[in-house]
Amino acid sequence: MRFTRTSKALGMVAIAALALTGCGAGGGSNDGASQSAGDPNKVITAYNSEPQNPLLPANTNETNGGRVVELLFEGLRAYDPDGKPVNALAESIESPDAQNWTIKLKQGQKFTNGEAITAKTFVDTWNFAANSKNLQNNGFFFESIDGYADVSAVTTEKSADGKTTTTPAPTAETMSGLKATDDSTLTVKLVQPEADWSLRLGYSAFYPLPSAALADPKAFGENPVGNGPYKFEKTGAWVHDQSISLVKNADYSGPRAAKNGGVTFKFYTDPSPAYTDIQADNLDITDVLPSNATKTFATDFPDRNASKAVATNGTLNIPGYNVNFQGEAGKLRRQALSHAINREEITKVVFNGTRTPAKGFAPPVIDGFKENIPGSEVLKFDAAKAKDLWAQAEKIQPYDNSKPLQIASNTDGGHKEWIDAVANGFKNNLGIQAEIQPFAKFAEVLNLRKSQSLPGLTRAGWQGDYPSLYNFLGPVWATGASSNYEKYSNPEFDKLLQEGLAAKSTTEANDKFNKAQEILFTDLPGLPLWDYAKPIVWSNNVVKAETGWNGGVLYYNITAK
Amino acid sequence: MTSNYTHFVAPVDETPLLATDTLKADQAPLSLWSDAWRKLRRRPLFILSALLILALTLVALFPGLFSSVAPNDGCELSNSEGGPAAGHPFGFTFQGCDIYSRVVHGTQASLSVGVLSVLCVLIVGVTIGAIAGYYGGWVDAVLARLGDIFFALPLILGALIITQLPAFRENKSVWTVVLVISMLAWPQMARITRGAVIEVRNADFVTAARSLGVSKFGALVRHVLPNALAPIIVLATLELGVFIVAEATLSFLGVGLPQSIMSWGNDIAGAQASIRTNPQIMLYPAAALSITVLSFIMLGDAVRDALDPKSRQR
Amino acid sequence: MVSFILKRLLQVIPVFIGTTLFVYYMVFALPGDPIAALFGDRQPPQAVIDTLRTQYHLDEPFWVQYGLFLQNLFTFNLGNDFTGQPIAASLARAFPVTAMLATEALLIQAVFGIAFGVFAGLRRGGWFDSTVLVVSLVVIAVPTFVLGFVLQLVFGVQLGWAKPTVGANADWGSLLLPAIVLGLVSFAYVLRLTRASVSESMNADYVRTATAKGLSRPRVVVAHILRNSLIPVVTYLGANLGGLMGGAIVTEGIFNVPGVGNKLYQAILRTEGPTIVSIVSVLVLIFVVANLLVDLLYAWLDPRIRYDQ
Repeated sequence: MRFTRTSKALGMVAIAALALTGCGAGGGSNDGASQSAGDPNKVITAYNSEPQNPLLPANTNETNGGRVVELLFEGLRAYDPDGKPVNALAESIESPDAQNWTIKLKQGQKFTNGEAITAKTFVDTWNFAANSKNLQNNGFFFESIDGYADVSAVTTEKSADGKTTTTPAPTAETMSGLKATDDSTLTVKLVQPEADWSLRLGYSAFYPLPSAALADPKAFGENPVGNGPYKFEKTGAWVHDQSISLVKNADYSGPRAAKNGGVTFKFYTDPSPAYTDIQADNLDITDVLPSNATKTFATDFPDRNASKAVATNGTLNIPGYNVNFQGEAGKLRRQALSHAINREEITKVVFNGTRTPAKGFAPPVIDGFKENIPGSEVLKFDAAKAKDLWAQAEKIQPYDNSKPLQIASNTDGGHKEWIDAVANGFKNNLGIQAEIQPFAKFAEVLNLRKSQSLPGLTRAGWQGDYPSLYNFLGPVWATGASSNYEKYSNPEFDKLLQEGLAAKSTTEANDKFNKAQEILFTDLPGLPLWDYAKPIVWSNNVVKAETGWNGGVLYYNITAK
Repeated sequence: MTSNYTHFVAPVDETPLLATDTLKADQAPLSLWSDAWRKLRRRPLFILSALLILALTLVALFPGLFSSVAPNDGCELSNSEGGPAAGHPFGFTFQGCDIYSRVVHGTQASLSVGVLSVLCVLIVGVTIGAIAGYYGGWVDAVLARLGDIFFALPLILGALIITQLPAFRENKSVWTVVLVISMLAWPQMARITRGAVIEVRNADFVTAARSLGVSKFGALVRHVLPNALAPIIVLATLELGVFIVAEATLSFLGVGLPQSIMSWGNDIAGAQASIRTNPQIMLYPAAALSITVLSFIMLGDAVRDALDPKSRQR
Repeated sequence: MVSFILKRLLQVIPVFIGTTLFVYYMVFALPGDPIAALFGDRQPPQAVIDTLRTQYHLDEPFWVQYGLFLQNLFTFNLGNDFTGQPIAASLARAFPVTAMLATEALLIQAVFGIAFGVFAGLRRGGWFDSTVLVVSLVVIAVPTFVLGFVLQLVFGVQLGWAKPTVGANADWGSLLLPAIVLGLVSFAYVLRLTRASVSESMNADYVRTATAKGLSRPRVVVAHILRNSLIPVVTYLGANLGGLMGGAIVTEGIFNVPGVGNKLYQAILRTEGPTIVSIVSVLVLIFVVANLLVDLLYAWLDPRIRYDQ
C-alpha cells in the first residue's frame, strides 16, 4: 500500500497505509517475568487520530481506522510479529493447485453480540465487500476470486463536456467462486492459480462481519460489533474528534488475547504533543514520532523505546516522460543519480538509524528477500562513478540545466530534511542544481503524478499490505498497476511477475520475483532509498510494547504497571 | 510621585525659545515634513537606526562583500549541526551548510519581503482606513465591511490559492509572498488607521484648519493623518518583523519562497529539525531578524516624535 | 444609538454574502480532486470516488454548489463533511473550546499588554521600557512553534506545573498555557500601541489641566492618560479577536486543542468547501460584532466621537 508519513493536521488526508498488527501465537518475544509484573485489568491510552470512515474492515484503508479495526475483529489468519501468517479462525487452509482453496473453520466462534461465525458469514461478508454498489474502499482485495468481475462491474458514462462518471452496475450479487459447502467449510475458486493468495487472508479486508453490518453499514461503523480481542466500551464509545474507548473482549479465545483491560485511543492532529504527553506520562504509547525526535527518542525514553525493521520502503521515482532521463543518456543519468545518493550517511545523520539503506525494491523483512541481486550495486554511494556516468551521458545528449532538478514532496511529514540532503548530494557530486519542490498538500503531488506533469523527480513509498514480495513489485511497477503513477512499463518484468504468481510454491514464486527485480535494477524507474524501522516510545505506566511485522503496535500485548 | 507635578505643569525645557523656533522673515514657512526632517536628523536615535538600516541594506545588496562562502554550495551532511569552526563562525545547519553565510545571504529576501509587504499594507491600509474614518457614513460602511471580508479569509487558504494561479505556480518569488501577505494584512492596518483618524477628526485644530479655509481632503492629509500616525507607525514596525516570520510559515507550507532563494524565514523553519538537539541554530537568523525589527522600531519612534507637535522637545 | 446598531447589524448581510462567495470560490478554484485526495496513494475503486463526488455535488457548477450551501445554511443543516460526519456537530464541538482559548488569550494580552505599555510609556527610555522592548523583539522574532514547544516542555514536562496538552475536556486551566502562547505576539502589539499612545497623551493639554487641578497621579494616569490612549489598543484587540479564533493553527496543533483553527486547517488541506465556508461564516459574524463593539467603545472612550447624526 502506498503511504505517506502522516503527521501534522494532515492525519487523514495523506494516508494510504493501513497498519496491520501481527498476531503471534501468545505474543512472541515478550519475556514472561516482566509480563507477570503488570496489571492485566488496567486500561492503556494510545495515540491515534480521528478515523476517516465508519469502522468497517472492508472500508477502512487508512491507519487511524486500521488501528481500531484490527483490535475489534479477527480474520481467518493473522500475522505473527515477524509477518508469518498463522491460522486464527481457520482450522486449515489447503489447495492442491493454488487455484481451488478449501478453508475449514474452527467451531463455536461468535461475535460479541452472540451471532455465530460460520462459512456463510464469510461468503456474505466478502460478497458485500466486493459488490461495487456497496462502495467499499477495499473491494479490490477480492479481485482474485472467480466471479469478482461480475459483482464489481461498473458502467462508465461520458458526459457532453468529456467528464467520465463511473457508477456501480453489478451483474451478479454473489461471486461464483465463493461457496459455503457446510457451516464450517468454505471453498474458493480463483481466476488463476496464485501461490501467495492465502498470505492475504490476515488482511483486515477479509475480516468477517455480523449481519447487522451488512444491513446498515454506516450505523454499524459508528458502533461496530466484532470478534476480536477488544470490543467497544459502550455504545457511543467513539467520541468524535476526541477518543475511542475499547475494553477487553472476555469471550475472545484466539491467539491475540488482551494482556490489559482495554485500550483508549486519544486523538491527536500532530505527533509532537503526543510525544510530550508520553514524557509527562499523560499518554501510554505512540507509534508516530515527530520527525525532529529521531535523534532524541532514545535518550528521552531510555528503556522505554523500541525500533524494529518493518515492511516499508522509500523510493525516488524518475518519470519516464522527463526528456533528461530518456534513452541511453537517461539510463546513465539514472544510474548516476543513484550513485550520488549517500544512503549510508543520510540514514545515519537524518534518520539516526531509524531507516537502513535499501538493498532492493523490497525490504529485508519480507519473506523471499535476497541480497546482492545482480544490478543492486547501483545502490552504492560512489561519487567518482556518478560523475563519470554523468559525463558519459553528457556526450550522448546534453542535460537541460536551465531549471534546477526538482524533487516533489508534501512537506508535512518530515520529508524536507532528507530531500534537502539528497538534493545537496546531487549538487555536490554531479554539479547540477537540485531542490525540493514543496507542496502543502499530498493530494497536489498525487494529482500531478497522475496527470504526468511533474517537472522532476518524486518521492514515493510503499507499506506492505501483506507480507509478500509480490506486494512490493506488482501494485507499484507492473504495467497499468493501480499505484504505478509514473506509468513504468516493461513486458518482460510483467511476464516474470505473472510466472511468479502462478508458481506452485512460494520459493519458486520468490525466485521469479527476484529475477523481475533484476529488470528493475537495469531500468531504474525509481531509485530505492531506504527501508524503514518503526520507532515507538511508551510511558512509565506500561511494562513494554512492541510492533508487528509492518510497524503496527501490538496493543493486545502491552501490560500496564 | 507628587514631586513630578512640576514636570507636568510646566516642563522647564519647554519654556525657552530654541534656535528652531526663530522665524526667518525672508523664508517660506516650512512644511510639516521638512520641519520634521530638520528635527529628525539631529536625533541620536534616528542616526543610530539609520546607520543600522543602511548596514542591513548594504548586506542585502552586496552579500558577497560580507561572506566569502557561497551559502548553498558545499553543504556536507557530515558537518550536520556542527559547532563553530575556522571560517564558519556560527557553525553549520542541519544540512551542514554554513550558518553565517546563509544569514548574510538571506538578508536580501527577508528585508525585501518585510519592507515591501509593509509598504503595500501601508499604502492600501492607510488610504482606505483614513478615508473610511474621516468621511464616515456610507463610505465608512462600504470600506470597513470590505475589510471584514478579507479579515475572515484564512492565511493558508489565501496563500494556497494565490500560489496556484498559473502566473505564480512556477514563479514563486519575493513578490508572490508580498502579495499574499499584503492581501491578508491590509484590513488590520485599515482598522487601526480608521480608529486613529476617527479620534483626531473632531479635534480643535482640525476644526480650526477647516474654518481657515483648508479643504476637507487637505485637512485630512495635512492635519488629521500626521496626528494619527503613532499607532500606524507602531503597527508597521512590528509587522515588519511579523511578516518576515510569516514568510517562514508560508515556505514551510510549500507556498513561500523556493528553496534556492535564501531567507531568514526559510532558515528559521529549517531549524525546526534541530529544535530538540541544537536549538541554537535557530538563534542566528532570529537574531538578525530582531536587529532588523529593532532598528525599524527605533526609526519609527524617532519619526513619530519628530512629527508629533505635542512631544516636540523630547 | 439603537438605529446605529441596527444599521450595523444589517450590514452583516452583504459582508456575509461577500465573504462566503469569495471563500467558496477560492476553494472551488483549488486544483485537484478532493475525493481522490482523501485516499492517498492507494485509490479505492473509481465507482467509490465518483459516487462520493456526486454525493457532495462536486461536479456541479460553482453557482449550484454555492446555492446548495446557502440552502443548507438557512435550513440550519450544514450538511456532512467528506468523512460523513455532520459539520454542524463538529463545529459545535470546536467553537466553545476555541472561544475559551481566544477569550483567555485576549484577556492576557489586554491586561498585561496595557499595564506594561502604560508603565513603559510613562518612563520612556527607562529600564522598564528597554526590558519590554527586548521582550517584544523576542516574541516577534521567535516563531510560535518554538515558543510553544519550549513553554510546553518547561512547564508541562520538566516542572510539571500544567498538563502539557489539552485534548478532550478542555477547561480554563488546561487552556492557560496555550492561551499565553497564542496571546504573546499580539501582546507585543498591544504593549507598543499602548506605550506610543500613552507617551503621546502625556503631553496633551487635558493631562496638564488634570494635573494642574491637583488630581492624584494614579487618577491622572488611569482616567485621563489611559482612557484617551485606548482607542488604537481597543481597535487592535477587536480586530485581533477573529485572528485568535481562526488563526490559532500552530498553537492548537502544539497543545492538541480540538478547536476551530485545527478544523479549519484540516478542511483547507482537504479542500472541503462546506466546512471551510461554515467556519468562515461564523468567524465573519464574530468580526462584525467585535468591530461594532469597538466602534461603540470609541464613543465611550472619547465623548467627542459621535455616531448619531
